[in-house]
Amino acid sequence: MIDLHDVYVLAGAMFAAFALFSVRDRSNPRRLGNGAFWALLALSFLFGSNIGDVANGVLVVALIILGGTGALGRGTAERSTSEERSRRAARRGNALFVPALLIPLIAVVGTFTLGRIKLGGMPLADPREVTLIALALGIVAALLVALWQAKAPPQAALDEGRRLADMIGWALILPQLLAALGAVFALAGVGTAVGHVATTWLPLGRPFAAVLAYCVGMALFTMVMGNAFAAFPVMTAAIGVPLIVQRFGGDPAIMGAIGMLSGFCGTLVTPMAANFNIVPAVLLELPDRNAVIKVQIPTALALLAGNVVLMSVLVFRF
Amino acid sequence: MNLWPLLAIAVLVVGFAARLNPLIVILVTTFVAGTAAGIAPLRVLGALGHAYNSTRYVSLIWLILPVIGLLEHEGLRERARTLIGRLHAATAGRIILTYLGLRQLTAALGLSSLGGPAQMVRPIVAPMAEGAAESRFGALSERMRHLVRAYAASADNVGAFFGEDIFIAVSSILLIKGFLAQSGYHIAPFRLSVWAIPTALLAFSIHGVRLWRLDAKLARLARGGSAP
Repeated sequence: MIDLHDVYVLAGAMFAAFALFSVRDRSNPRRLGNGAFWALLALSFLFGSNIGDVANGVLVVALIILGGTGALGRGTAERSTSEERSRRAARRGNALFVPALLIPLIAVVGTFTLGRIKLGGMPLADPREVTLIALALGIVAALLVALWQAKAPPQAALDEGRRLADMIGWALILPQLLAALGAVFALAGVGTAVGHVATTWLPLGRPFAAVLAYCVGMALFTMVMGNAFAAFPVMTAAIGVPLIVQRFGGDPAIMGAIGMLSGFCGTLVTPMAANFNIVPAVLLELPDRNAVIKVQIPTALALLAGNVVLMSVLVFRF
Repeated sequence: MNLWPLLAIAVLVVGFAARLNPLIVILVTTFVAGTAAGIAPLRVLGALGHAYNSTRYVSLIWLILPVIGLLEHEGLRERARTLIGRLHAATAGRIILTYLGLRQLTAALGLSSLGGPAQMVRPIVAPMAEGAAESRFGALSERMRHLVRAYAASADNVGAFFGEDIFIAVSSILLIKGFLAQSGYHIAPFRLSVWAIPTALLAFSIHGVRLWRLDAKLARLARGGSAP
């Protein structure tokens, strides 16, 4: 059975290759820093489950120190110019899109089928993790097709991947680190403290005030935590259920649905949601890390106001 | 009630606002939160390590880097650009608007994994939008290019966030259902997805109008004016 651990081994092998190629990139003045960073990531993916919590903690701190103090650099050697790429693209035509579109295609088909395929009574893939396993399979299939089309050796793809990784740099671990911070926040009781403050200090005597506090609270708390899933239980236990549903007789389904979507408005405007907001800015080579957030702010504000109106109109009516 | 853990939020906000390196801010915030809650430093370190190790799946998306890198080396982005440059009806705003609609629709059908910044925006959507803008305005200024890219990324987010909740089996719907069940309210996931539709329509209208106006904004920038 394919499970998540197999995918982690694949990722570990990839980062180990990145470490090797980084160290060999003489055009990068900080190649040893990059090498160490990718090697630690490889270690985490390959052996993270065997080394214990404190060793993992030390590993995280080492990654943070390398990434946070400018130990990583970028090579300058450009492997191909835009003209060369345009010439190759003209020769290859639309076949170039095949591998790129194969990834989402296999990811989606795999998500719905992998858990059901059985080999000798065992499912082919761990049914709880089909989405990630299907994504990994899609990527591997796309890579094989792309290598075959380009008649390139696997090292070429790994080295191109390593160049992209060097470009992303320390931002590559930001989403995972923020997810980990959320878990530490939960352990430290940050959410409970926020809920306590919201309910004791806000005047929530009227239905509209409760709806306003709940929707805006979901957005603000999501901005802090970087993720609406962390905000939802806290705000709903503090304001949603006791006030909107129990005191003012609102509909729990409408409250829950629109409440979560109010949280998503917060996700649009926070650097804490790094995988949605910061990583795309880095991937698209935008010099301003917050460029994506900036274009999302007007939409988020208008939509949050819309959610408050929608909830106050709908929640007490159905 | 111990309110000291709130100090961690203050550290986080100040750190991000001061544009310190986010990794360092997160490290300091972790220890502030733990210490404020009365947890010993070594246990905080262990908790951080444990949480980091159990969220490794978040970073699996980077497996895509070698294949995207290879395809880009072979000219994928250039191809996307030329393909769109030939369609005269295509403008940056309309391409991104179409992507927003497709992204929202497919996410509503449970196909969130069809999009994403590494899979779709960088290799395909952004180059197409840039190509359309180039065939209309000629060479793009840095400012215009960056604006087009940022809008392409924003459409991916808005479409996914406000589409996926219409699909009944998405994790956020299951979280709402699970949490409300714990509070004694048993709700069919279908009702939750139905009530996600009004916000989804609103999100498409609001972001759609802004994308519709993107072309005019680019035209102003191309004439050397400033965009609001």
